[in-house]
Amino acid sequence: MKADPAAILEHLRTALPGTTLALRTNPGPSAQHSILVERESLVAVLQHLRDAMGFDMLSNVTGVDWPDPVKADSVAVVGEGGQVSHNEGFLEVIYHLFSTENRVGPLVVRARTADRGDGAHIPSAVPIFRSAEFQEREIYDLFGIRFMGHPDLRRILMWDEFVDHPMRKDYIAPDDYEYEPTPHGAVVEKAKAHYPAADSQATFSRASD
Amino acid sequence: MAVDLPDSDQLLRVSLGPQHPSTHGVFRMNVALDGETVVSLKPVFGYLHRNHEKIAEGVTYLSSMPYTDRLDYICPLSNNWAYAMAVETLAGIEVPERAQHIRVILAELTRLINHTAFLGFILGDMGAWGSALMYAFREREKILDLFEDLTGARMMANFMRFGGCRNDLPDGWAARAKTLVDGYPAFLDEMETFLVGNEILLARTQGVGQLPKETLINGGVTGPMLRAAGVSYDIRKVDSYGIYDRFKFRIPLGETGDCYDRIMIRFLEMRESLEILRQALEQLPGGDFVNPKAKLRGFKTPVGEAYSRIEGPKGELGFHLVSDGTVNPYRYRVRPPSFINLTLLEDMCLGLDLADVVIILGSIDIVLGEVDR
Amino acid sequence: MAIDPHLADELKSQGVHVTSLEQLVNWGRSSSLWPLQFGLACCAIEMIAATMAKYDMARFGAEVFRPSPRQADLMLVAGTVTKKMAPQVVRLYNQMAEPKYVIAMGACAISGGPFKEGYNVLKGIDRFIPVDIVIPGCPPRPEALLEGLIQLREKISKEKLTGETRARHADPNGAASFPIPQYGPHDLTPVANPDIWKPMPLVRAEGGGE
Repeated sequence: MKADPAAILEHLRTALPGTTLALRTNPGPSAQHSILVERESLVAVLQHLRDAMGFDMLSNVTGVDWPDPVKADSVAVVGEGGQVSHNEGFLEVIYHLFSTENRVGPLVVRARTADRGDGAHIPSAVPIFRSAEFQEREIYDLFGIRFMGHPDLRRILMWDEFVDHPMRKDYIAPDDYEYEPTPHGAVVEKAKAHYPAADSQATFSRASD
Repeated sequence: MAVDLPDSDQLLRVSLGPQHPSTHGVFRMNVALDGETVVSLKPVFGYLHRNHEKIAEGVTYLSSMPYTDRLDYICPLSNNWAYAMAVETLAGIEVPERAQHIRVILAELTRLINHTAFLGFILGDMGAWGSALMYAFREREKILDLFEDLTGARMMANFMRFGGCRNDLPDGWAARAKTLVDGYPAFLDEMETFLVGNEILLARTQGVGQLPKETLINGGVTGPMLRAAGVSYDIRKVDSYGIYDRFKFRIPLGETGDCYDRIMIRFLEMRESLEILRQALEQLPGGDFVNPKAKLRGFKTPVGEAYSRIEGPKGELGFHLVSDGTVNPYRYRVRPPSFINLTLLEDMCLGLDLADVVIILGSIDIVLGEVDR
Repeated sequence: MAIDPHLADELKSQGVHVTSLEQLVNWGRSSSLWPLQFGLACCAIEMIAATMAKYDMARFGAEVFRPSPRQADLMLVAGTVTKKMAPQVVRLYNQMAEPKYVIAMGACAISGGPFKEGYNVLKGIDRFIPVDIVIPGCPPRPEALLEGLIQLREKISKEKLTGETRARHADPNGAASFPIPQYGPHDLTPVANPDIWKPMPLVRAEGGGE
């Protein structure tokens, strides 16, 4: 059974007054609308969803990098009563919650950081849902969002000495492969940096080593 | 690597892996032992991180399909289906009847090969060294022959497309599949004769690695591990994706959730899969194997996002796609069951012996391609 | 000293077997290769399938997979080698005793494979350790792995133990261990071992089409 985010939103507004919540509609055919939660009230919202509304499984935690806030608002469109949240780029964490008893889901909850700088942080969901433990570590590793309150926040997929956050949109991977027999498209430009300058007499041949 | 282990110098620190016969791939566990008892266990991931998600952002939706084969490489066709379903949910593409049946047949055959290989591997962990693996792979090869006839490849099938399948069943394939399904219970009976009352299996797996149901649900555990603890949650029944609501099958449940239950539940699940296969092969209709209106290459999905999941052989395999209206996904996320099932590995192993760690890890049934993506 | 094959055949028909120490040693070595149990990714499943009853690597004497590198003499690198895993692979290779051989199985071990654009993927294990046989495929069929094994056996049986062109393991100055790369802030340091791997220069006509 699909979750009804609008009804859940109303329930949350009455149960947790003072939290800033907004409905974000999903313009595509899947119609999986989401609830945008202010960072500071994320833990309270998740706790209420788990204890009072039966959403006992946090199945998926996704990180997304939005350097362009206009694009972010085209995917999660502002619903009524909501406001545009950011003027500059931000990072976002999306939670998918399910209820095993009531067979309801997925309920999509989103939370956003203030900006894409080094101090980007979001409260950790691990005190409420243990399943977030490794997934938040992965988002920290690949996106750079610090999860405040996580019991063991360190890199999980890359080695500790690695300094970049590879899943960000502005990450540049190390240029460490040269051999490309027939480069095409964007790879030609990269390959030209590695091929020796060819003279007009040279034909396509393999220089023997 | 800097890992947080208890400080006492009376503890023995062992690094199991990444090259180790029992870690099912390149998985590393930093274990602190007090004698033989596990005091702390910190897993280290990332030795097979092939940044599938980053590659997917740079290629079209269809080009990611071969990469999904390589996620959980023991069951490639289920991964294909999960991804195809996610794109179909995102873009609103319909799937014709025959394609739905073919997908169910292939998914259940994949469940058979996965559980069969699992039996071989976990008995290898227990010291059977390859005997059980020989029997398991004998059956697996028969199913891989079927896959090769249909898709052209034994493992990396790359068979599902958005709106159906890549090609139709060749002549005689359904009949051969039926023969295989009819002959499979003999193999299951044979393995059960060896295993069910086996003293060594009982001694090593009963009472080992169980956790209460609430902890498992809170830890995001899904799949046979959750059902072995008695929680009746099978996404084929909960979501009824595809055409699963047309088939009569039961959901086996365990009692305690220890390793013995996890092994036995897979026998029962295989029998239920055979039941589904019998019905699906019987009810196989004619028609299109792919939606003729679906555009496969270079198509732009509408702006939006979608999360869709299937009951893979290891648990809930989900794909979360965020689309900005172009031919490439904006964000492509795999919800890996093996990775999330490992969250509670330390809890399950505390206080037990090192030998039990190996059995518990085997019973979670992980595949590193999925854990590290 | 070479043996005349006709003489050898004639003597063999009389029940006398004549060989050279080199041939004998190579025959023993090639017929009983012990692989290191070292599956990294998907190719490992096909490697396991090759040892099972249908394809049966035991016919070639190579079914004894040893978990410890000290006891193995063939490293079957089956699967993607990531940069995080690369130092461990080189360390394992160094721990193996000479004579040791490496088969790079699968596209990922040869050159990075389908994951070549990966920030964590090593573009081929031949960047850090010498590779004897490559088996292309993704994954290669078990028959392809057996073919690669047979080619390795032929290569071993032709190895010289003395003279200028002797094999690396028979040469006291031959390198048996190779430097282990370290984890750097963005990539491994060094990116490749310059003694073993040189990028293949490719000369291409300017404006010769995309």
